[in-house]
Amino acid sequence: MKEFPKQTAWDSPANKQKDNRTSPAGQLRIEDVTKIYDPEGANVLALDHCSLRIEAGEFCVVVGPSGCGKTTLLNAIAGFHDITSGEIYLDGQVLCSGKRSAEPGADRIVVFQQGALFPWYTVLENVIYGPVVQGKMDGAEAKNSAERLLGEMGLMGVSHNYPNEISSGMRRRVEIARAMMNDPKVLLLDEPFRALDALTKSVMHKYLLDVYDKSQKTIFFITHDLEEAIFLGTRVVVMTTRPGRIKKMIEVDIPRPRDYRVLSSERYRALKSEAIGAVHEEARKAFEAGERELA
Amino acid sequence: MQPASQPAKPAAASPNVQISSLGLMLYRLNRWLASPRPYLMFLGLALFIFAWYLFTEVLRLPRFEKVPGPAVAAKEWFSRDPVYGISIFVPEYYQHILKSVLRVIQAFGLATLLGVPLGLFMGWKKTFKDYTFPILETLRPIPMLAWVPLAILMWPLREAAIIYLTFLAAFFATTLNTLLGVESIDEVYFRAARCLGSKPHHIFFRVVIPGSLPFIFTGLQISMGVSWFSLVAGEMLAGEYGLGYLIWNSFIMVQYPIIVIAMVTLGFIGWASSAMIRLVGSLLMKWKVREAAL
Repeated sequence: MKEFPKQTAWDSPANKQKDNRTSPAGQLRIEDVTKIYDPEGANVLALDHCSLRIEAGEFCVVVGPSGCGKTTLLNAIAGFHDITSGEIYLDGQVLCSGKRSAEPGADRIVVFQQGALFPWYTVLENVIYGPVVQGKMDGAEAKNSAERLLGEMGLMGVSHNYPNEISSGMRRRVEIARAMMNDPKVLLLDEPFRALDALTKSVMHKYLLDVYDKSQKTIFFITHDLEEAIFLGTRVVVMTTRPGRIKKMIEVDIPRPRDYRVLSSERYRALKSEAIGAVHEEARKAFEAGERELA
Repeated sequence: MQPASQPAKPAAASPNVQISSLGLMLYRLNRWLASPRPYLMFLGLALFIFAWYLFTEVLRLPRFEKVPGPAVAAKEWFSRDPVYGISIFVPEYYQHILKSVLRVIQAFGLATLLGVPLGLFMGWKKTFKDYTFPILETLRPIPMLAWVPLAILMWPLREAAIIYLTFLAAFFATTLNTLLGVESIDEVYFRAARCLGSKPHHIFFRVVIPGSLPFIFTGLQISMGVSWFSLVAGEMLAGEYGLGYLIWNSFIMVQYPIIVIAMVTLGFIGWASSAMIRLVGSLLMKWKVREAAL
């Protein structure tokens, strides 16, 4: 196993502070990752020597134009895709490299853009799925534990409903609950609120912030929405248009717990305009190149 | 089915309201009876029978003059002393029905037992599909009647040959639909299952099977339809008992009203067997039933 003790350029004072956390689990290090797709023989460079260090317990939001490789990066961490070169480490251990792809596992749970609750299982059955198949709990134990979690997350009322019987916002909540039930080291969220209307989205933001404040899990969150990125994140990572590289890091020093009043603060506006400047330029380039998403 | 029916609204607004399957069924029945649809249905049926009666028994139009009319067939069907020996009061009538039903149960059962697992494996393991799919696609379009000589050569017993023919038709329909069912499952569910720590057998039993059930049941309904189709063809060619045999034998013996009796009986039994599959399907797929209620 290779260790990379050297600090990357992305280490920030805010991150260094967090090194004193009691639970260090969930540190992600992305070292020099390159991914080349080969659709129909034409090589496409999706990620180009991309490095990023996400500390345990950090809420890292990645923004960038369509096709910039955000989802490619997430899929590599989740174990759905391999990478061409470079390494990704989770808590100092190699998760995947150019030679070895990661196996999906319950330490890195993905909340998918289009939602992936099993429609044939009730909310409760969905939530207990992970611990039961992993053999961590038996059915009864998992049910008790899931009911407690659903109660804490305000979802008790829908536990016996099927996913398609409840609203889309509620489904997202259940999916986050299903992920939390596995006590993952990292939560990977791929534009989870994209399809929601603005009001539901704002409710979901507050919900996710509560989950984060309570659990202090490492979160890797992908979005196109800059307001969302700054409102939620500890740090916003702006990626360039394809080939994806890290263009800019924005430390979001707005104190937590955050609520909607943050949105009218001076600091929030300043950060947003900083982010817009960086993203807009990339979005224009991507638009002119007519990039499409690969992952 | 009534889209956006009434109980959906409260269920959507307060998701903790539970709808029982029976309650939902009664509610739908009530709505159906309150709508003009059942009455139009009966009117349509009555008009059809009346036209049939008019063409065959009153006007005796060309082409229809030899076709038994509804009055003649019904009189024979419900007669305690039938002219041609077949009515609801004659045990032989039920023997024919029983024989056909048993043959379909055996053939359909075997086709389901073999076709569903085969289709599931083909959909789940791409290599297995690469081996088997071309064979399936070559054999599937061959009409059942083309199999008759081989069936007789392969199975010296007539009974076995008929069941074999019936089985073949059902088997192809079931296998293909099950395969399509597995392929219809969104990739995201496989990814989610792997993320949550599933081993391959968990994915098979908890994603592949439940995810393909809607297609499997569509396949079983088609399979039941083709089972009856092939059975009757088989019975006409080689049977000694059964509704297909009864139809063909009555034609040869010039007992025309029995043809109509056997045909209508087949219609009813076919409808009932499809309805039974739908019922089992909705019991196994509560999530689909409740989804459709919204």
